[in-house]
Amino acid sequence: MTFLNGITLLLVGQLIGEVITRLLGLPIPGPVLGMILLFTLLLAFRRVPVFLDTAANGLLGHLSLLFVPAGVGIMVHFDRLMAEWLPIVAVLLVTTLLTMVATAGIMMIATRWLVPDYRSREQNHD
Amino acid sequence: MIEPDLTDIWVYLSASPLLGLTMTLAAYILAFNLYQRAGSSPLVNPVVVAVVMIILVLLLSGIPYQDYFEGAQFVHFLLGPATVALAVPLYQQLSRLRQLWLPVSIAIVSGVIIAAGSSIGLAWLLGASVETQLSLAPKSATAPVAMGISDTIGGLPSLTAVLVVVTGIVGAVLGTRLFELFGIRDESVRGIAMGVAAHGIGTARAFQVSKQMGAFSGLAMALSAFATALILPWLVALMGL
Repeated sequence: MTFLNGITLLLVGQLIGEVITRLLGLPIPGPVLGMILLFTLLLAFRRVPVFLDTAANGLLGHLSLLFVPAGVGIMVHFDRLMAEWLPIVAVLLVTTLLTMVATAGIMMIATRWLVPDYRSREQNHD
Repeated sequence: MIEPDLTDIWVYLSASPLLGLTMTLAAYILAFNLYQRAGSSPLVNPVVVAVVMIILVLLLSGIPYQDYFEGAQFVHFLLGPATVALAVPLYQQLSRLRQLWLPVSIAIVSGVIIAAGSSIGLAWLLGASVETQLSLAPKSATAPVAMGISDTIGGLPSLTAVLVVVTGIVGAVLGTRLFELFGIRDESVRGIAMGVAAHGIGTARAFQVSKQMGAFSGLAMALSAFATALILPWLVALMGL
């Protein structure tokens, strides 16, 4: 029952998220709002119930599996990918790595400026 | 008598969701075992291996993608509840999050603008069609979100889905190496950068490195999905598309 309770709670979260975003015409996707709602619920509840932890770990433990069906879709777009391979490959490689380094750099600078006492705690973690 | 029976079975299987679903799970399990045998080397990324295996089977057996997706959609659907589930690791990192929320917000908003802006800019510079530019723009957001945004701004959602997956793979395969190259050691910084640039596939990789990196990557993936949905339509208009 544990897993069933957890997955149901996650689906209810998504359902409420989808309904609210459609009802209010919000530009954010339903599951993202569902995540925010669940996070707020956990803040109010002050702990993660075991059944939710089980379901969340089950889903997130193999998150990459969930991207396989979309990835196989590459076969449908083969012609376009061949025709525009240079810009597509260049953009995927260059901008992904650029985004990663730039985001990390900005976060390090912002942390140093805004949370100067963070370093001392950082060394304590495993 | 056996031949026609086999044909009947094949006709049934190729039209039923059972085959696509089973194939997806079996290919992933195989790919994941291979990944573990290779000492969790990011180069043997389980998504890449599973996708290549499935495409080869589909091409050899002549099953169209649409028929395959009839079954695989049950796995694809779980991206929704998995996104909601990110609230859990996020909550478990609450104390770090309380301390770092301001730098985290700044990094995520800048990261989202850099990801989309550089994608559109470079694609335009290299002569990609407007449709491809718009399909590339949300590529760092997680799949269901990116597809929705792509549709709103005039891209091709199914093309975006593929670009999102490849982006995630690029991040997952090269990310940790890149961080070492630039001397980025803090697990929360690594996680945020991974989640902003490489969404769920990067997050899956981050969870294999450490729970802290995974939680921050999940946080960044969720918040950047949120930020991308809000910022991208405006950015696209600003860039004159």
